Order: sequence, then structure tokens, then C-alpha cells
Amino acid sequence: MQTEAPFQKKSGNVRSEIFMASRRDFLRIGGLIAGGFVLGVNFFSCTDKGKKIALLKPSVYLTINPDGEVMIVAHRSEMGTGIRTSLPLVVADELGADWSKVRVVQAEGDEKKYGNQDTDGSFSIRMFYLPMRQAGAMAKYMLIQAAAQIWKVKPAECDTENGLVVHKASGQTAAFGDLVEAASTVVMPPVDQLKLKDPKQFKMIGHETPIIDLHNIVIGKAIFGIDAAVENMKYAAIKRCPVVGGKVKSYKADKALAVAGVLRVIPIKGGDIPSNIDKPLSGVAVVADNTWAAIKGRDQLEVEWDLGPNATYDSAIQMEELKKEVTKDGTVRRVRGDFGMARKNAKKVIEHTYVAPYMAHAMIETPTALAVVKDGSCEIWACTQSPQGARDSVAHALGMSAEKVKVNVTLLGGAFGRKSKPDFIVEAALLAQNCGFPVKVQWTREDDIHHDFFHALSVQRIVATIDAHNKLSGWNHHVAYPSIGATFDASVLQPSDGELGMGVTDFPYDVPAIKMESHNATWHIRVGWLRSVCNIFQAFAVASMIDEIAEARKMDPIANSLDLLGADRSITFNSEIPKGKYPNYNEDIANYPWETGRMKKVIERVASDAGWGKQFPKGSAMGFAAHRSFLTYVACIVEVKVEGNKIIIPNVYYALDCGTPVNVDRIRSQFEGGAHFSTSIALKSEITVRNGQVEQNNFDGYKIIRMPESPKQIHVSIIGSQDKPTGVGEPPVPPYTPALCNAIYAAVGKRIYKLPVDLSA
Amino acid sequence: MPKYSIQVNGKAHDVDVPEDMPLLWVLRDILGMKGTKFGCGMALCGACTVHVNDQARRSCSIPVSAIGQNKITTIEGLSENGDHPLQQAWEKYNVPQCGYCQTGQIMNAAALLKSNPNPSVEEIEQAMQGNLCRCGTYNRIMQAIRSVSGRTAVG
Repeated sequence: MQTEAPFQKKSGNVRSEIFMASRRDFLRIGGLIAGGFVLGVNFFSCTDKGKKIALLKPSVYLTINPDGEVMIVAHRSEMGTGIRTSLPLVVADELGADWSKVRVVQAEGDEKKYGNQDTDGSFSIRMFYLPMRQAGAMAKYMLIQAAAQIWKVKPAECDTENGLVVHKASGQTAAFGDLVEAASTVVMPPVDQLKLKDPKQFKMIGHETPIIDLHNIVIGKAIFGIDAAVENMKYAAIKRCPVVGGKVKSYKADKALAVAGVLRVIPIKGGDIPSNIDKPLSGVAVVADNTWAAIKGRDQLEVEWDLGPNATYDSAIQMEELKKEVTKDGTVRRVRGDFGMARKNAKKVIEHTYVAPYMAHAMIETPTALAVVKDGSCEIWACTQSPQGARDSVAHALGMSAEKVKVNVTLLGGAFGRKSKPDFIVEAALLAQNCGFPVKVQWTREDDIHHDFFHALSVQRIVATIDAHNKLSGWNHHVAYPSIGATFDASVLQPSDGELGMGVTDFPYDVPAIKMESHNATWHIRVGWLRSVCNIFQAFAVASMIDEIAEARKMDPIANSLDLLGADRSITFNSEIPKGKYPNYNEDIANYPWETGRMKKVIERVASDAGWGKQFPKGSAMGFAAHRSFLTYVACIVEVKVEGNKIIIPNVYYALDCGTPVNVDRIRSQFEGGAHFSTSIALKSEITVRNGQVEQNNFDGYKIIRMPESPKQIHVSIIGSQDKPTGVGEPPVPPYTPALCNAIYAAVGKRIYKLPVDLSA
Repeated sequence: MPKYSIQVNGKAHDVDVPEDMPLLWVLRDILGMKGTKFGCGMALCGACTVHVNDQARRSCSIPVSAIGQNKITTIEGLSENGDHPLQQAWEKYNVPQCGYCQTGQIMNAAALLKSNPNPSVEEIEQAMQGNLCRCGTYNRIMQAIRSVSGRTAVG
């Protein structure tokens, strides 16, 4: 039973060992010429003393062929972060490969072979940076040993660069391809004896590398989920129950079958509660010769629904209920000192309720998957963030063993968390099994907006107290929102430790009395992970309130935050958490503590970059917020110009600390993209539910920003370090909305307590 | 079913499809040209943008029966070798993230520059506002377009 976010599955304290893999294992990927060698990396988890506890999964990463081609397996899904390029470049840099001779091959879903493939939780670089370096370093070691033996020189006198082993003193060189046969007989040393490059020698890590699919994308040849094709494939559009938990009562297919091109009409069993992430909704599928015929056929279906227990659900009503709920006593999730006393002795009490709606992922490529079921096995092509999860779910749904299911991972036309749920892939598999021919399920935009796994609606109440010495003396944070856990387990009514650990229980400020409380919230539509998850609304509330506290203390907001962060120190939270723990994005907090010094540095940097403190004309101002998520420290300043109800964003400044930066251009692009994504969250996006049904249909009702509304200039400063690298996919999102709202307040004096912002309200 | 003969990228194609099948699905499902993408089906997102006689149009909302002899250009036909100045600019500035919306963006931008070779920032924003990007590449798209605009002989 999975109740935690996907990143919770990963274990900390992972070590790796490198082995020579069998070429036969690798042949499924293709491209391996006889004579090449294949290096794999085993992961195992360790105790702190280095004792091996459990072999996790062997993972195959790279081959070198006699023709010099270096093939690196990309085992993480590419949805726009550039990870398909960034991890291979780490191998290539450490190895000293010629990047133009590197071929990246996308792994199929096979965690036994490739290790964890769940691309979510901003942890690809964090988990695989070191193992990728080690794989590259091992291959380099073997090639150098081989060359040194041939040249009868000391290996220490040799190096690699650009696909060659070079002996500096004599100027001799040998191409990798010419050395592979000899290299494959070299005895491999233990991984921790490998000498890794001095970062000063990095040619690619810490620099900018264009994504490998760049040319194919601009000429229209890149293959996304929607582009996957096999011979004789047919297309399906599914009419799904508009209310979660409802089911098909009866249906009439004759009009649908009369549409030219329609082949079959097939009911799909579903609608159980809990919905889980891999079970289809109840519905009726139309299978046709082409997408248009399937859609038109579906329009002709006549379906009667038993709408089920959520048929009267109204998100606006639940919002009002939750607002009342958070005024009561909740379940205490973190406590320090005595908030009651702080409140009693307060000189000033500031109390506000923060409200945010359901949101949809709305990636431009809707969910789509292609399945072929033949001879008791199934092959899938899908834009999936979780290839192994998809494989397991399909196997379960079809009654096959996982070995009989192959999941090919295409490029993803955006995902943001939606495509880590394999429900749409299971739909394709079931239809293909039923029909006996390949079926591609195509979700329309309406399907996507109606049947997403939404970001949960939320209500929060924060009470802050300021004492007679102008100190923030107390902080009481109440939260209520349906938990993602309830998508898996209908009895779950409260947020998990993981959800609270995204901005509530990891409140870092130096406040003597703290009390975090969670409340019950019932689940009525499918909720799931959306780019930075609960950090979105929790950072919105916390950083907005911190800004109000600055004003109450008559302090500059940045000075206030620096003051509240207190001395440079590492914070662990668990001693203040009465039950459960702070998951710290599933890393041991001893390895990745909350470091106030690192946060202060990014705050100081962003203030300097933005020229914080400069004067603006009336209606313009800057706002600030800082937030750590997924172990990365981010400070954000947003400049706004308010004209009536219109909000223009001329400049955004980010300063971030993600440890060692890998692909600098992709880090910048994630922050540029995060600023855009968050602008939609702050200003535009709202999903409402009435009578159990999502009221929005397409981009007319569910709005995301267009170019004229986007932030104009986004400035990104990366505070690099030799620290362990942490991710950047999600960290740009949480501080942006409160920074923007704080800017709006500074510009026009209006505080924002409800998203999306509506200045006309 | 009536047959339609349509001109795509300088070639004639005979397609045997219903009169209301949108050009988008003719291109993708019938002709196998996958560069033009589906995003909304309602001309709200621009992912399906093609040229009809050099004008940017949303192929999801053009029924095949309305095309007649008009010339259709898709991303596959925008340039011989992927070397349209905009495609080159897109690569120079590393514009795409996931890449899904980008062919629609490029086609829309190409049509803009054909009719207005030196647009202002506001004109670019107005022309491009029909093309959604969820990954948030608008500022790099603007940079790429501006780097090309003002040049003569935009293809």
C-alpha cells in the first residue's frame, strides 16, 4: 500500500559497485557490436558503517564498441528537464568520451536491469550523479590500463580526452574503439578505489550541453507517446464516468458502431474506490481506424451512469467546510515550546486563512499509450514517468507476469507528475488484450481536464504572534487537504508525513513556540502529485505570512527572513515531531540537513542580483520568498507592475543552491520554466467540482499563461558548490507564488489569501 | 466516402476520409506525418499549427473538405534540411524543454516573420499568444524570434 509520494520509495545511503555485464543482457537494447564491453552498476544499500544490507538492483549503463561509439543508457524519462542528456553527459565527462560519438539509448522499463526509473521527486541527478561518474571512471580506468600495457608505460602517465587515451609524455594516442578488446580483460578495482576527476577538469559537468533531441524536436521528428505507431494499430477514445467512483449502468452502442471507421465498442470495468493510480475509471471505449473516427464514435455513445457516492460532491462546499475545520484543534504534527503561552503573551497576533484550489497538470501532450498483446505477452509504448510501475500494473491487469510485459519509453510531451500514474497505459493494454490487435488510447484535452489526478485543494490557517521585544514568538500552522494517500487507501483522512514535510513540519525559522496541526479532509476526486506537490500551497501560506510578519516587525522582508533563520546551523526536525518523522525527501537528514547558512547565501545573492531595495514608481514593486524543497535551496524575487487588475511581471530573480550543478543550461531552463509554471498557479489556474464533476473542459475554462502574460526576464544565479548535487525540476515552483503575492502587496497594498489571484475581487 | 486531393509540402495526396476529418488527423493518422501535434482540438493551444498558403492556421479546426487547392505546409516542409533560420535560432538558444509544442511554435513564428519580418516585442507576443507552452519556454521563444527578425530572406 503506497501512501507516500513516489520519492519516498527511494532508500538513502546507497552505494554502488561496477561489474562487467553480459552482452546478452544488453542485446535487447540493440546496437552492441561483437567485441565491445558492457559495464553495469550494482546498487546496494548500506548501514552507516558500510555493511551491505541489500542488493538493490543491477543497472546497466554503458557500452563501448570497437568502432568507438559509446552507448549510454538513459534510464530516466525525458519530460523536459533534460535528464536524458544530463546523466549521460556525466558518464561521458568522467570517461573522457567524444560527445559526438556518444549515443544515448532510452531504457525500457526494467528496474532489475537499470535500477530505479521513477522520474519524479527531482532526484535523478541526486541519486545517479555519483554512480554515473563511477561508471565513466571505471571504463576510463580499463581503457588506460589497456593502453598503458600496450605502450609499456605507467597508467598514471596516461589520461583520456575526446575519445582517446593519451600518453602525455610521448604524445601517443589510441582511440577507445581500438582498445576495447584489451580493456575488457582488465581486472576491475573496487569502485571506491577509482580516482574521479577533479571538478576543475570537468569539460561538461558544470557547463552547458544542448539536449540530444534538440534537432529532432525542431524538425518534427522527435517521438512522443502520441507518435508511437505499429502496423495495423487502431485508435480508442473512452467515455469515462464523469464522477469518480461511479460506474456504467447501461449503454447503447448502435449509433457509435454506425460511424464510419468505428470497429468495436468495449466496456471498461472500473470506478472502484480507492481509485488507485493504475486502475481505469469505469467507461465505454470506442475503437476505430483512426483518432477522429474514435472520437466521433464516442460522441454517439449513449451511456447511463450510476454516478456513485461522489455524485453530490461540491469543491466549493468542501472548501467552506475545511475553513471551519482548521479553526478547531487538529492533530499535532510538530511542537516546540508552548504556543498557547506565546499567544497569551503576544503584543500582536496575526491570523490568516489561505485557500488554494484543485489544479490540473495540463501538459500539452495528453495521456496516450499504445499496447500490443500477442501470444500471452504485451508490449507498450508510452510517455511514462514510471516504466517499471507501468509494467507491473499492466502485468497485473492482464494476468501476466511482469517478464511478459515490455514497456518502451517515448519522449514525454510534458508530465509534471501526471504521467507517473499508469492508468492510461492499463486502459490501452486491456483494450489490446480484448481486441487482439494493437490499440492506441488517445485522451482528448477534455478527458485530461476532467479525469486528471489533481493537485489537491487546500485550506490553511496560520496564527503568528509577535512579542513585546518585536520577536516572532509563536507560529501555529493548521492544514487541511485531501491526501494523496487516500487515492491508494480510502480510509486515509489526514496528510502524510511526506506531504507535511513539504513546507509545514520543516519550518526552519528560529521561533520559540511552534505548533503544526493537521485536520481531516475527505477525498472525492483523484488527487496526485503535481510539480512540487504540497510545497505549492504550503510555501504560499508560509512565505506570505512571513512577509506580513516582516511588516508587523517593521523590518525589510529580506532582513526579516535572515533574522528568523538565525545562526548558521543544521536543523533536523524529528525531535519535535511527536508521531512519525520528517522524511526529508527520503534522504537521511544527517546526510542532507536543513542548513540555514545555505539558505541565507541564496537569499543574499538574490537580493544583490535584483538590486533589492531600489525604488519603483507607483504600482510597481518587488516581493521576496525563499523555500527549500527536494533538498535544494531557492530564493526568489518577483518584480510586478500592476495596471488595474492586470499583473505584468517584468523581472524574476532566482538564486539557487543545488550542490554541484551538472547541466547549467538545463538548470536555468528549469527555473525559467518553473517561473512560468508558477505564474499559471498564481494567476490563472482553477479546477472546480460540482455534482461530482469537474466543471472545466479545455483551455478555455482551465487557463494557463500565454506569452503576453509570462514573466519577461528571468535571471538565474546558481550558487555552485562541491556539495552532493540535488534536483531542480520542482524547486523553482514553491517560492515563486508567495514572492509574486508579496510583490502585489508591496505594489498596491492588497494581501493575497486565495489562489488564483483575483485583483477585481 | 468522397476523396480529397490536398497539397502538402508541395506534394499532392489523395485521402479517402470523411468530409469533417480535421486536417490534423489527416496529416497524422492518414499521411503518417507526425510533426504536427494534438493538444486541445479546439484551436486553443496552437500545437497543431500549419501554414495554409503561408498563413498560420490550426489544423485541428480545418475540416479536410475546406482545404481545396490551398497549399499546406507542415513542419516537415518548412525547410529542406531543418535549417530554416528559426529552426537554427531555436537550436542556438536551446529553446525546447519537452519539445512537444515546439513545432507549432516554430510554424506560427515562421508565418509571423513571413508577413512581418521585423515585429516589435508586442507584435510577437500578440502573434504567439495562441501557442501554449506548459514547460515555460516563452522567453526563449521570444529571444529566438527576435534574433531572426529584421533579417531579409526569411524562408
